[in-house]
Amino acid sequence: MPAAWVAALIGLADDHLILGHRLSEWCGHAPMLEEDLAMPNIALDLIGQARGLYTYAGDLEGAGRDEDALAFGRLERAYRNLLICELPNGDFAHTMLRQFYFASFMQLFWQETESSTDATLAAIAAKAVKEAQYHRRHCAEWVIRLGDGTDESARRMAEAVTLLAPYTGEFFMADPEAGGAVAAGVLPDTKALQPAWQADIEQVFAAAKLVLRENVYAQKGGRRGLHTEAMGHLLAQLQFMQRSFPDMTW
Amino acid sequence: MSEAEEIPLWEVFIRPRNGLAHRHCGSLHAADAEMALQAARDVYTRRGEGLSVWVIPSAEIVASDPQDRGVLFDPADDKIYRHPSFYNIPDDVGHM
Repeated sequence: MPAAWVAALIGLADDHLILGHRLSEWCGHAPMLEEDLAMPNIALDLIGQARGLYTYAGDLEGAGRDEDALAFGRLERAYRNLLICELPNGDFAHTMLRQFYFASFMQLFWQETESSTDATLAAIAAKAVKEAQYHRRHCAEWVIRLGDGTDESARRMAEAVTLLAPYTGEFFMADPEAGGAVAAGVLPDTKALQPAWQADIEQVFAAAKLVLRENVYAQKGGRRGLHTEAMGHLLAQLQFMQRSFPDMTW
Repeated sequence: MSEAEEIPLWEVFIRPRNGLAHRHCGSLHAADAEMALQAARDVYTRRGEGLSVWVIPSAEIVASDPQDRGVLFDPADDKIYRHPSFYNIPDDVGHM
């Protein structure tokens, strides 16, 4: 795999690191003990996937950057994650819906990547697809139970649908750095995943008595390093230890 | 209403390996069976403990009354002939 495609890998890794970090913020704050373990479990899966991708990207790049250098040593504009990954958690409904959207997308993404022409990526995908499948299942069950739950949970879930609607379109926009990798069959064409993703969301929303909002203006920019105002605060926490004590280990 | 009254309690049983029986390993709160199964996976199998999980509503378990302990179990105390400890095991059999 040519080094020119490293940026696409880093973008994919950034999605997982940033969303994993967001999810980890729930640790100790979840509405019930069971979920206080379930959400960090998912966060750890995501960060594990990010580690594999960063390490591979660093090797391909050949500039001596390891997973820590890539995860903690860049400025905001160098992060290429999708905007949905960096949004503040909001309430539990908002977090679960965002996680469901992402997991549904990544399950499809990894399924395609399992047949990547790049053997390392195919191996990463084979492991990640099982994790994404569980994340999707767990979060979908919560979306259904909250959407079709009490008046308050249904209202909060409907609000989450509205708040997140502008951020799902970016999943399916072509990554400007990934064109070559997609053409070579290394990475999947995300645009082609949209119908299956939408069908999955609609199926869960039908059970959850939620209404999908369509034709909403799609926010974009994450893949070009243009982030929301939440990103700087997130990085301040994420990078604090490595910025204060460079190359520290524990 | 407390959370415990709203959300039912489930007992969790894990089978660690093929050929072993499911063993009780704890309990958790979940709204329904599917969520209980997922919570059991997340709470009790994080370190690779299990190949199979059962969850059972705690309310469905019928338990003996602690006050009946004497009536139920004391009569077995003096029946040592029920233990298979009176057989001579041939040396060739080794440890049983």
